[in-house]
Amino acid sequence: MNTDDMDQLLSQLRRNARLPASQLAERLMMSQEAVEKLIAECEAEGIIRGYYPLINEDKCADKKVRAIIEVTVRPERDLGFDRIAGNLAKFNEVTDVTLVSGSYDLQLIVVGDSLQDVAGFVSTKLAPIDGVQSTRTHFVLMKYKEAGFQLEDNEEYDRLKITP
Amino acid sequence: MTDSKSRPDRVAAHIAALPRSGIRDFFELVIAMDDVISLGVGEPDFNTPWGIREATIYSLERGRTNYTSNLGLLSLRKAVCEYVAKDFDVRYDPEKECIITVGVSEALDLILRAVLEAGDEVVYHEPCYVSYPACISMAQAVPVPIVTHKEGQFRLDPAELEKAVTPRTKAVLINFPNNPTGANIDFAQKQAIAEIAVRHDLLVITDEIYSELTYGERCKSIAAFPGMKDRTVFLHGFSKAYAMTGFRIGYACGPHDMIEAMMKIHQYSMLCASIMGQEAALEALRRGRNDMESMRREYRIRRNVIVKRFNDIGLSCHLPEGAFYAFPDVSSTGLSGTEFATRLLQQEKVAVVPGPAFSRHADNHVRCSYAVSLDDIETATSRISRFVAGLTA
Repeated sequence: MNTDDMDQLLSQLRRNARLPASQLAERLMMSQEAVEKLIAECEAEGIIRGYYPLINEDKCADKKVRAIIEVTVRPERDLGFDRIAGNLAKFNEVTDVTLVSGSYDLQLIVVGDSLQDVAGFVSTKLAPIDGVQSTRTHFVLMKYKEAGFQLEDNEEYDRLKITP
Repeated sequence: MTDSKSRPDRVAAHIAALPRSGIRDFFELVIAMDDVISLGVGEPDFNTPWGIREATIYSLERGRTNYTSNLGLLSLRKAVCEYVAKDFDVRYDPEKECIITVGVSEALDLILRAVLEAGDEVVYHEPCYVSYPACISMAQAVPVPIVTHKEGQFRLDPAELEKAVTPRTKAVLINFPNNPTGANIDFAQKQAIAEIAVRHDLLVITDEIYSELTYGERCKSIAAFPGMKDRTVFLHGFSKAYAMTGFRIGYACGPHDMIEAMMKIHQYSMLCASIMGQEAALEALRRGRNDMESMRREYRIRRNVIVKRFNDIGLSCHLPEGAFYAFPDVSSTGLSGTEFATRLLQQEKVAVVPGPAFSRHADNHVRCSYAVSLDDIETATSRISRFVAGLTA
């Protein structure tokens, strides 16, 4: 697999995962078959793990509550953070799990129907887990940018139509 | 009442003789229409990267609103010379061999006025940016065009250059990557041009404003070839690579006597480039590289799409190696570039610039900028396809 082609393919898909292979082929100066093969390889090797829409949650009728949870964890002999992180990731309420450096260990994003719902999950499910030493919950108030896209575009741009 | 007819003709003859830019005429036509998709724009569609804008605002907050040295901020000249050494392989002294100007446009005007006398000849290649022959004429010299051709991918043929040189030739003006053709020249061609310049003792003025937007291999500047540094004035700026057209910052690097002569004109006419623009340019060099590279990747993708679509439509188009223009040949439609552009605008509301704006020999071509979104490129080329199909139906 040509890594340069793959980088270009991934950067196109990061911006629009719904682009058909025919359009990707034009952009990357490849044949459509070559693009399809490359995508299939990326999927087979687990480089591409899925495709999902970028949604401005503020505009959804069904408003969910989101929280960023900072979790400190006691690492385990031989396993480090992997087993606990893997178990936290199994909860459906948890959408993201990231190991970070700094004053805490794992950053989770937890989604629920209400503040109480999320708080209940943290106090009854998350905090009691053996090895979880502390949690701090930050409810999300507003999201401005995600995955490189600004959710509300605040720039006006007025170019001349013809310039030398 | 004064009668304008009785007034003497006050406009200088050499100014009256300048043609209006062909782009301006077409511009008037375009602004009168709504909902036009324009491929006629010679500037990036990106806004200036936020980091650069933010640094400019911060410089205003600090009260950096004064004149600068005529040559420009020394900090910027140092950054420019470091950048030119690293990316173009030629070393200049920021104290003596570099001047910051109001865009490359001013730098070009300065060097031409600094070296040319009435009757001198300047050889340049067409199709070219609209201001070249005009600026040479304004310096009271004679523009000597060499026509570049589609068959040669619009590169300057060194043999043609040598044929155009006469005892009156003072300078050669080159621009690669090229506006409007997207052509570029490689190591061997630069070397051949350099040898001609040395052989005939010519000054070379190289406008490298599109150099970052090179999609193939990028070769060092002609100024870096043996014997060339002392006879080359290197012009560059921030407009295209960093999407900073409105900041109006360019620069020239060259031998001390050339820069000094340019500085004399600049100090009496312009004084200095705006400090806000200079502060922005400094930030672009310090921290703008990733933004620049991501814009280049995007232009490359757009180029691939627009060129393939033109060729699919039957408008023969070479693959441009740089800048952000495609220059398709429209002669297969039976129309001239001017007719093609005019009728396309009227029927399909797509604006492209007719080739004659860049050379009277380029009326088989139109210039299409791909510094527009992929969506617009896709819509515009679909409309062009429909337009071309309608012509042959």
